[in-house]
Order: sequence, then structure tokens, then C-alpha cells
Amino acid sequence: MARYTKPAEGSWTEHYPELGTDMVSYGDSTSEEFYKLEVEAIFKRAWLQVGRLEEIPRSGSYFTKEIKVANTSIIVVRDGEDVRAFHNICRHRGNRLMWNEDPRGEISGNARMFTCKYHGWGFGIDGSCVNIQQEDEFFDIKKGELGLVPVHCDVWAGFIFVNFANEPSQSLRDFLGPMILGMEGYPFEKMTDKYGFRTEVGANWKIFSDAFQEFYHAPWVHGTQHMPPVTAQIREMGYEAPYYAVESPHAVVTTAGSVHRIWEMPSELVKPSDIATKSGLFGPWEGTDLGELPAGINPGGIEPWGLSSFQFFPNFAILIWEAGWYNTHQFWPTSHNSLVFEGNVYCTPSTTATERVGRESAAVTFKEYSLQDANTLEATQMGIEAGVIDSWPLNDQEVLVRHFHKAVADWVKQYQGEHEGV
Amino acid sequence: MTMVPAEFEELEPFAERWALATERERWEARLSSTMDELQAFYDVMLPRCTDAMAYCDQFPLHDMPEQPVNLLRMIYSFVLISFAVELWRQPHVPDTGATSYDRVSEPQP
Repeated sequence: MARYTKPAEGSWTEHYPELGTDMVSYGDSTSEEFYKLEVEAIFKRAWLQVGRLEEIPRSGSYFTKEIKVANTSIIVVRDGEDVRAFHNICRHRGNRLMWNEDPRGEISGNARMFTCKYHGWGFGIDGSCVNIQQEDEFFDIKKGELGLVPVHCDVWAGFIFVNFANEPSQSLRDFLGPMILGMEGYPFEKMTDKYGFRTEVGANWKIFSDAFQEFYHAPWVHGTQHMPPVTAQIREMGYEAPYYAVESPHAVVTTAGSVHRIWEMPSELVKPSDIATKSGLFGPWEGTDLGELPAGINPGGIEPWGLSSFQFFPNFAILIWEAGWYNTHQFWPTSHNSLVFEGNVYCTPSTTATERVGRESAAVTFKEYSLQDANTLEATQMGIEAGVIDSWPLNDQEVLVRHFHKAVADWVKQYQGEHEGV
Repeated sequence: MTMVPAEFEELEPFAERWALATERERWEARLSSTMDELQAFYDVMLPRCTDAMAYCDQFPLHDMPEQPVNLLRMIYSFVLISFAVELWRQPHVPDTGATSYDRVSEPQP
């Protein structure tokens, strides 16, 4: 029996008839061939989130980012009011331009000029070539044509996106579309305390992302994060979301807020350390008052509202929590069955020790459940790669998993269509 | 001088192991402890955690003397080990033995 009203068609899945209700294949997640297509069709054509504006606060502030799926490293730099991105490659002999110690590592800092470690060529933060060591030794060298190779770069709500296409087919705003743009006005820029995490996981990037497209797994993978009687209750009830929306290629799922206030629950049902710190799984009990939030944060108008998980195609998610913080997940494929998983928890700067402990508690919990996801999904990849089964059921709470694989297939199909006979 | 303020003297024997500046060090300490060690630290922290937070609140967060900073870091450690003691009954998260999730940035203190 559904706890929440479903669309008139009877289910969220049937509300989007193009998704169908059939069993699905995950052949798209075990094939090296398909992965090569995804690289060209998706990762070299879609806008990809690479960081926050606060990471490069002043002119000359920069960071490098290793983007293996595009077989490159980029430099993202603030140039006055502009943000620029360049391939991190010296125009002289191909040396990776900005790195320290490990050329595969990522760095950040402040620079007036990027100087190559190999022969000392220098590039301005606008990318122009400004210094050639012993310039008169070269032959007809055209300094003005030897600037860093730019990567399309744009900023939305303080999130920096890049696009590796020669000419992106859509602007960033057109790519994001009205549903994502509806988040505008959320005070991302005020939430500058960041708890960042990173790991490498042996799973296909979509198989991994699938676990962040649905909360059907939460009672089983994460249910044990509660005191045992609550775990049993959660598993008995199962999971149901009050609202899903697909605005392909992006999507959102909202969860309902708890009508039970944790501090009013019988103490034997609450972790003693949560009582001591007045915080826990969903952050500080008291929450952070961010003022009135844009309506688009809770697109289904769900009351009480708990969380909205916005899935940005192809590999990024922003989760906005009722308690006044947000987190991001990002899935960077490194091969057809491996990825780098990055997660960040963002809060307004703590002003007191008590506030800081509450946020620490949220960040600690975030890690506990991310670890549960990471290991489970390596196990899932192994099960699928066995190749024994290639037809899998998805329920209505997994509608966004169904959509996600279809969106990937659609982009690949479109790319193939454009390149037929080429 | 003691590592933590005198009114928290029962925490002092645990300060050297648990007053750690980064989550990476705290996580390492959790994984390399026995359950008896985690339980002993938990048992001494739980009844004093609320007091310790109130004590630290007397100081500006970004201009704290060393003793309350140590105390605050011990509270972070307490939060970090609470899952191991209260739920997992083992130092690492069950069924996550083959993976890691490293904290690469965090506010200070």
C-alpha cells in the first residue's frame, strides 16, 4: 500500500512512458567497447562539474584536476572576474605544466604565471604564452599562437563546469534546464566549510551512481546505522519517496522529513552519542537556519520535507538537507569497471565548538554510509560481470536508475547517429 | 601543563592518543585500537561530552587556546568511534573491509 500519492498513471515509472517497465540489461556497465563510446558521446560532450568558485577566491587562484575519462588534466584558474580552464599541457614539448612531486597528482595554489618545469616556458593566467626561454633560438616562432589550449568553462550557482567538446551543442544553462535552475537562490556561496572525501572503487560509474539514484537500498545497506529496534522498524516499513521528477538527462528524488523529532524519541532508540552531541545521521538536530529557500529546492512541495537529491547528468549529484547543509557526490570513471568517488559535505562556517561538533557528526556519518555503499557496489559489479544473468527487474522506487541508463543509451545513440558513415 | 583543562582530568590519560588534528589520524587510531581500548575511551567521554562542548563554547572557535582545542579534538574522536562502540561492535564498518574513503579536506580546528 503506497504511503504517498503516485501519479495518475499508477506509478512514477509509467508517468514517464518512454522508460517502459521491462527487465533491464546492465551490458552497458561491463563492456569496454561501450565505455569507449560513453567517453566520446557523454564525457566529451556534456558539461562536467569540476569544483566550486570558493576554491579559487582571488585572481590567480587555481587548481588542477585529473580527468582520466577525457585522458587529460586541466588547470582551472580565476582571472579577475572570469574563470578559465585549460588543458594542463605545455605548448613547447608536451610536459604536464602544473604539478608537484607526482605528475599524476592534483595541486592548487596562487600563480601570476604558470611556468613549465621542463624548459621554463611561461603562460599567463589568461592562457597566453608570455615567456619563451631563449626565444631567438627558435625558428619563426609565433608566441601569440602558442597559448594554453582552452577548455570550455562556465559557472552556475558557484559550481564550475567544463565541456570538452570543440563547440558545446548547448550552453551550460540550457544543458541544466529549468528543474536544476530552480535550485538557484540556495545559499551555496555561504556554505564554505567543506569536508572532502575521495576513494577509488572497482565498479562501473553507472552501477555506482545507481545507488545514489534511489533510496530503496537504504533500509538494508544503511539500516544498521540506527539502534537495533529502529533498524527492524525501518526494514519492516521499507522505503518510499514522496516525489520523483525526470527532466532528462537530469532527475530528482525527494524524501519526506521525519514527523518524529529525534530528541522526543524514547532514549533507548537514539544513539547515546547523538544525545550527547545533539546531532547525528542527518546533521545537527538544531539545524542551520538559511532563511527562506527557493521553491525549486523542494520541487514536489513535500511537507514535511527532508531531502532533495538532484542528479546532474552525467556524474554529479547535489543533496540538499532540511537541516541546513548540503553534500555532493561525483563519480569519475577511470575504466569500464573502476572509478574515483568524490564526496563533499558543505556547511556554513561553524561559529562555536558545539556547532562544529554537530557538523563533524554529520561528516562522520556521511563517511560511514559511503563506505557501506562503496563496498556493496564492488560486489554488485562482480555479480553483473559474471555474465550469468543479463535481465534484471527494477521497481518503481528505482525509476531513476531506469532513467539514468536510458539517458546514457540515448546520448550514445545520438552520438552514433551523428557519426554514422563517418 | 596538562593537555586538557584541569576540570576534565579523567580525560587526560586518553588525550595523547585521541586529541588528533585530522580525521585521517583519528580514523587510523580507531582502526588500530582494540574494542576494549575504544570502549574505555567511549566510557570516559560519554558522560563528559556535553560539559566539554559547553567548556569549548566559552572560547572563540578560531582563536582557542591549546587545552580546549585538544578537548574539542577528543570530542571529534568520540563522535568518530561512537559507531564502532554503539553499533558495529568492531572498529571498522561491517562489510567494508576492502574499501576506504579518505577525508582529504576539513575545517580547522
